Amino acid sequence: MRRPLGILFATALLGLLAAGAGAQDLLSRPEIDGHATPTAEFPEPRSASLEYGDVAVLALALGLSVYLALVRRSRRGLFLLAIGSLAYFGFYRQGCVCAIGSIQNVALALSDSSYGVSLAILAFFALPLVATLFFGRTFCAAVCPLGAIQELFALRPVKVPPWLDQALGLAPYVYLGAAVVYAATGTAFIICEYDPFVAFFRLSGSANMLIVGACFLVIGLFIGRPYCRYLCPYGALLKPLSRLSRWHVRIPPEECINCRLCEDSCPYGAIRPPTVKQSVADRKATRLRLVLLLALSPLIVAATGWAGRGLGVPLARLHPESQLAERVRLEETGQVEGTTDASDAFYSTGRPRQELYAAALALHERFAVAGMLLGGWVALVIAVKLIHTNLHRQRTEYSAERGNCVSCGRCFWYCPAEQARLGLIENVDVVVKRPAAEKGES
Amino acid sequence: MTSATNRQDRRQFLGGGARTVGAMALAGFSGFLAGRSGKAEETVWQIDPDVCTTCGNCATYCVLDESAVKAVQCFDLCAMCDPCPGYFDLSHQERTTAAENQLCPTGAVLRTFIAEQAGVPRFEYYIEEKDCIGCGKCVEGCAMMNGSLYLQVRHDRCVNCNQCAIAIACPSQAFRRVPASQPYLMKKKALAATQRRGS
Repeated sequence: MRRPLGILFATALLGLLAAGAGAQDLLSRPEIDGHATPTAEFPEPRSASLEYGDVAVLALALGLSVYLALVRRSRRGLFLLAIGSLAYFGFYRQGCVCAIGSIQNVALALSDSSYGVSLAILAFFALPLVATLFFGRTFCAAVCPLGAIQELFALRPVKVPPWLDQALGLAPYVYLGAAVVYAATGTAFIICEYDPFVAFFRLSGSANMLIVGACFLVIGLFIGRPYCRYLCPYGALLKPLSRLSRWHVRIPPEECINCRLCEDSCPYGAIRPPTVKQSVADRKATRLRLVLLLALSPLIVAATGWAGRGLGVPLARLHPESQLAERVRLEETGQVEGTTDASDAFYSTGRPRQELYAAALALHERFAVAGMLLGGWVALVIAVKLIHTNLHRQRTEYSAERGNCVSCGRCFWYCPAEQARLGLIENVDVVVKRPAAEKGES
Repeated sequence: MTSATNRQDRRQFLGGGARTVGAMALAGFSGFLAGRSGKAEETVWQIDPDVCTTCGNCATYCVLDESAVKAVQCFDLCAMCDPCPGYFDLSHQERTTAAENQLCPTGAVLRTFIAEQAGVPRFEYYIEEKDCIGCGKCVEGCAMMNGSLYLQVRHDRCVNCNQCAIAIACPSQAFRRVPASQPYLMKKKALAATQRRGS
């Protein structure tokens, strides 16, 4: 009794289907007296004015961070502000939108005029850059939620050897280049897709991203701020701007007495000792290297750019259209069995295969250009890095390397001059024994 | 000493110049973008129901544990069918509301008897949103008839990620950014049905 009913129902349905095969032939809705057609509810998204509230909070936090880092020189204040930013931008706003991700919205808006980037997102992109240009990376210190969560975890920092630090420090520029390429081509926002901490902010997310985030935090226990230093593409923008900054945190409040107490206090390897005078032979060798580098770098950039053209196809693989075309082609030529959800969806649209292939080929061309630019960009970054390493600048005191310093303020406390400023000790001589002659000078 | 001071001055001048240029470039760049698209609204993610293939990825790929995507009923389009293919599993045993007869894995489609017309019972089908997981099984079933059920991103739940995780996993590219003032999309035929009723 039961089976036949089901089968009967199924056949009846199929009959109906056959009768109403044309998509236009809809079954009409019966009119029933006394029964009004219900309406579905559609909840509104978060109001746009709240976005401007976020911008206001960002501006306020930036201002406060500058004040705490440069005027008050308060590590404790910065730390509390970092916790506040983590709570607001991280856990309350759930990590979206952030300055780091806004790079992609801006890149997409530049390449695709039909995509409009809203003023709020633009503000998230530009405000920290402007602040950095004048005050250094105070944004990283206590406003960025990704920086803040790592700041809390930098408990047992070890020193990364300079060669490794310098080499890994190139990665953010490569990541920035790749992110801009993928955003500008409308492929995906990879910075957001692979944001290691957003899963924590939301307290949910894919297992993979939670594991990656946890790894970053565990590594961050020993290597301070691994994401900021070796991956963050926004940091790559901030570094050169910070080098130009008008005002920047100083380790001693006034004059450095070269007591070396702060030498190892920076968990991010941003404190540089005074330079030793170069020997004449060294200076000659450096100069020669510089001349060679300057002469060779345009060639290398051009060559790498040319080689980058070859990246077109592999780069395009992330684009859904290119992926689909590849799959459909494999299915057409019988190299793979069966279909995927994507190829099924494609066949059901009735779009001709040739059109898809043509679109994919156009994409390959587009990505070849992008690959060329990306290759040139990577070579340029490496060349600038090498030239920068060979520039010899004299320093007479312990100072924060402006590009890498995130203005976290950890080093203030180590400086006896700072302790004297705060009135905790009478003068620096209590802590540091200096030769009499030097004392007389100061 | 003089040369050192000169060098200092030169460095300060260069630094100041670079800063000014940098600030102006940044302002110009932002101004350009703001002028070109600043009037653009905030965008939110939405599913184009005409493109959606009800693959089921919405239920699993959302960053939220309980997906922001839910099934929506367009009542104007629903024909109040008695054996509703969006409600019943096609191999169902009896036409009762028993769980084993239902297509929805969470029993989120509610079936309410309204009236009997010329011997044909008419039912209204509601989505119990708190139970819906956005798997699209009912949408797939309903597509055999009028297709009044469809999937939408519910904006009271969506956290509006800059890169939607479901959009990446969507096999038919049905996800797109829409202006926040018009955050929902309708099927073309649903739109037509609503307009018919309105006129």
